[in-house]
Amino acid sequence: MAELDWYLLSSQAFTGLGLGVIFVLLAVGLSLIFGLMGVTNFAHGSLYMLGAYFTFTLLTLTGNFWIALFGGAILVGVFGMATEVALLRPLAGRSIDDPLLLTFGLSLVLVEAVRLIWGKAGLALDTPSALTGAVDLGFIMFPQYRVFVIGLTAVVLIALWLFLTRTNVGLIIRAGTRDPLMVRALGFNFNAIRTIVFGIGAALAGLAGALVGPLGGVYAEMGVNIIIESFVVVVVGGMGSLLGAVIAGLVIGEVVSFTTLFAPKFSHLAVFIVMALVLIVRPSGLFGESGLME
Amino acid sequence: MENENFKHSLSRRRFIAAAGASAFVLPRWSFAQQGPIKIGFPTPLTSPYSIEAQDQVNGATLAVEEFNLRGGVLGRKIELLARDDQLKPGMTAQRAKELIEKDQVDFMSGALSAHVQMAVNSQTKPAKMVYISISQANAITAVPDWSPWTFHEAFSPHMTTQAGGSWAIDNLGKRIFILYADYALGHDLNAGLEEIAKAKGATIVGKLPHVLGNPDFSAFIPKIMASRADVLMINNYGKDQLNAVKDMHNFGVKKRMKIFFPLITFTGREDLGPVPYEEVYGGASFYWELAAQNESARRFVNGFQKRFNRPPGDYAGYAYSAIRLLLESVEKAKTTDSDKVAAVMSGASYDTYKGKQWMRKCDHQSFQDWYIVRSKPQKAQKGKYDVMDVIAKVPASEKLERSCAQLGHKA
Amino acid sequence: MTRWLSAQIAGRPVLAFIAVFTVFPFVIPYEGLAAQVLTYGLFALGFNIIYGYTGLLSFGHAAFWGLGAYGTGITLAKLGIHSLWLGLGAGIGAAVLVGVVVGYLCLRRRGIYFAMLTLAFGQMIFFAAFHLSEWTGGDDGLRGIPRLPLDLPGLTIDLDTPLRLYYFIMVVVTLMLLGLKRILESPFGAVLQAIRENPSRAEACGYDVRRVKLLAFTFSAFFAGVAGALEAIRLNFVPIDALYWTTSAQVVIMTLIGGAGTFFGPFIGAAVFLLLQDWLSLVMESWSLVIGIIFIAFVLFLPKGIWGTLLEWLRGRERMEADGVRKQRERQNQAAL
Repeated sequence: MAELDWYLLSSQAFTGLGLGVIFVLLAVGLSLIFGLMGVTNFAHGSLYMLGAYFTFTLLTLTGNFWIALFGGAILVGVFGMATEVALLRPLAGRSIDDPLLLTFGLSLVLVEAVRLIWGKAGLALDTPSALTGAVDLGFIMFPQYRVFVIGLTAVVLIALWLFLTRTNVGLIIRAGTRDPLMVRALGFNFNAIRTIVFGIGAALAGLAGALVGPLGGVYAEMGVNIIIESFVVVVVGGMGSLLGAVIAGLVIGEVVSFTTLFAPKFSHLAVFIVMALVLIVRPSGLFGESGLME
Repeated sequence: MENENFKHSLSRRRFIAAAGASAFVLPRWSFAQQGPIKIGFPTPLTSPYSIEAQDQVNGATLAVEEFNLRGGVLGRKIELLARDDQLKPGMTAQRAKELIEKDQVDFMSGALSAHVQMAVNSQTKPAKMVYISISQANAITAVPDWSPWTFHEAFSPHMTTQAGGSWAIDNLGKRIFILYADYALGHDLNAGLEEIAKAKGATIVGKLPHVLGNPDFSAFIPKIMASRADVLMINNYGKDQLNAVKDMHNFGVKKRMKIFFPLITFTGREDLGPVPYEEVYGGASFYWELAAQNESARRFVNGFQKRFNRPPGDYAGYAYSAIRLLLESVEKAKTTDSDKVAAVMSGASYDTYKGKQWMRKCDHQSFQDWYIVRSKPQKAQKGKYDVMDVIAKVPASEKLERSCAQLGHKA
Repeated sequence: MTRWLSAQIAGRPVLAFIAVFTVFPFVIPYEGLAAQVLTYGLFALGFNIIYGYTGLLSFGHAAFWGLGAYGTGITLAKLGIHSLWLGLGAGIGAAVLVGVVVGYLCLRRRGIYFAMLTLAFGQMIFFAAFHLSEWTGGDDGLRGIPRLPLDLPGLTIDLDTPLRLYYFIMVVVTLMLLGLKRILESPFGAVLQAIRENPSRAEACGYDVRRVKLLAFTFSAFFAGVAGALEAIRLNFVPIDALYWTTSAQVVIMTLIGGAGTFFGPFIGAAVFLLLQDWLSLVMESWSLVIGIIFIAFVLFLPKGIWGTLLEWLRGRERMEADGVRKQRERQNQAAL
């Protein structure tokens, strides 16, 4: 019996990890955008959804999953940059709430546009044949594809960290998060940086959606539910903190997984309760800075 | 003399002008009393069930067109007013209200999913309008939601579990794990399964709810596997089934236990293909290959295939049957008055598309045959829609449903 | 002519409201829709108090709308209490009570954290209602809310036709509007707007900003609760999605399109949104695409909404005129010297 419990808990922890990495990808993008631009991107869920749809189309066109996956993410990044230039830049200097409202409107538009272009019924995205089958982890047979998702997320996060700490652009971005005025005063083209950051955040969301496509299906509403949970993760981690986004993402993934095991009716309420508790104890989230966006 | 005529014609012209103008301002006044017979039909055309919703519209359209070809009913054409309710109860109530007050429909049908049909009923009941519902619900035939004008063509979740659960326990195993969608349908199916399990000495070794629309079932796998059940019964519908099957297959759950869907969705099997659905069983009210065994089914399936280029799903069958019964009853009652039509429909016996059915008088529940299906393996599948084998029939019986007294009806 | 009309409307808002909405049901395809404009308009009006006038974006206001609706519905349908007034009172009371508690907990934060906290509480209330299905009907919704007659001293009025119900709702909404006018014209209203413009300065001036915000939030919940209670009567039904965050989002859209921080804005926004939704959804399948595009256009180009932009244009013209008169006088004075 005790053996069974250990297997059960480990399995549950591993599935929580699988859920958590998707939250991490979304939260890191959201936090990056918020930290540098002060924009609460309500369209993040729709960018996630677009990633899945672009990947589907690329897969249909090229037949190669890898091209489709990375191509889809990059396309969403490009789309994000275009959105930033066309819709968000005009809002600079206006009320803090305006970008939130605009991105919210954008999310409505994107969902309907996708329905118009790709149809109202969902689409089926197949797992690449190289990754079908399961890995025997001892305590659970875990599908290869899900292990791949966890691994790829880790790789992407490392790459992002290297980019932010080892490249010049990364340095400027980090500086811009702390003091946008100074960065501009030093002569850097802050507009370009904002666009790049939004593009990176969008690409991360698109990648998450593309990865989830074979798991949960590709459908227009897929971003609507996850956007709220992503915001919860970012708030718990601390808005603007990338480390917070990673940790909070994994924590929330485990919260959902374990409440599914012990108190399944509450698994989606639990994230809100966790957020409320965290905000009471640490008002700016786990790793956030106070005064930001007050 | 002339002046008087002139004045008379002037004021008459003015009256006509005013009437014409008021027609613009007050478009809801219908000047034509003998216009078409209108049937309101809200259904979730934009939703995860959009394919089944379109199926419903197609089935209803087929019935309406068949009647119109024969000259309509009572000399009037039939008009189907399909509306998108988006699977949202609030939107549905408003659409139903609009159909009743603005479009002045004579009758109502439609709705997919329990919670949405209750919203329709909330509007048709005070309006005393016949509403014949075509999706599963336990509450609609029970007091206090029921009304003399409420009819239920579809199976109730209770009947679904008595029919399907019984077969599954006899044929698949006695240790049952239930995975269910946390909303009305899931809860109702659970209650029914618990009852039939008790009656047949089966044990429910575990129960797990999932949120409606859940895309990822990985978090449920460990507990399901650890339960050592014989059969996993999944109480959900639509896209949730597809996602569940995918995950169960990928995590190897099917190696340990059989999977049974009390209410199976055919489109899931059509989309995912034979491999993930291997050895998956389910229950359904209708499957198009029944045309080979049943004359009414043959007529229905052929007519549907010709009109829509694909065979009908089970929900098309419900819609077709409901509209046919409704219009036949209007013919018999010789009026569109809801009270009189309801009196004809209550207790009616009919055979619209799959064999004998009847409406129980006390609760207006339709009793009909139920079928057990198994996913067709890859080598046997001959076409895109050839996805199931019908392996058993549960004949219609009032024993499958709660009694009139249990539903709160006075005998 | 338009300028004079707009000035008249802005100057006597309640009278203008009565004039417009008395004839409204005859211009709209059916009374049910006209009544829906009123209930959602009142909801948006309540939201406007906290967003437009105090400057706090709440994403959980559906909770108060829903509590008003469920409170009234449960009292009338489940508890079987045969009084319309008690039913409405129960709904409004529930909304206000929860409004005070939620406001107290959320107002400790500002900006995006405030919004997220309101969202969290809204979802918690949704969740509670979903699972307390014995009382609320769960996802099947609360059915069987009776249409009770209006009991006034010496007179009982039946509300069973759509038109009568519409006028009842209109009278209640008009009274609420009068109340709002009083609130906004009071010193309290001035402090609200001061807080919106510059909270620190308001605090420095000695106002208890926290207390004022809580009062504003409570008023806001009160208005939303009344609107929800009326909606429960209108539909004879409360759907579970009344409490979901998408309903909160709808009221944000309506307020922005109509004009945040203005008196009529919310009603205009509600009317535009609901009428568009009603008309477009029959004509095309992707009507929310149109609404989304319109919303984006408003955020970009007309952030003050329809009524807000109109008012600003009015004031601009007045200022120009006043400037013109002033300049003319100056020239005259110059000439006189």
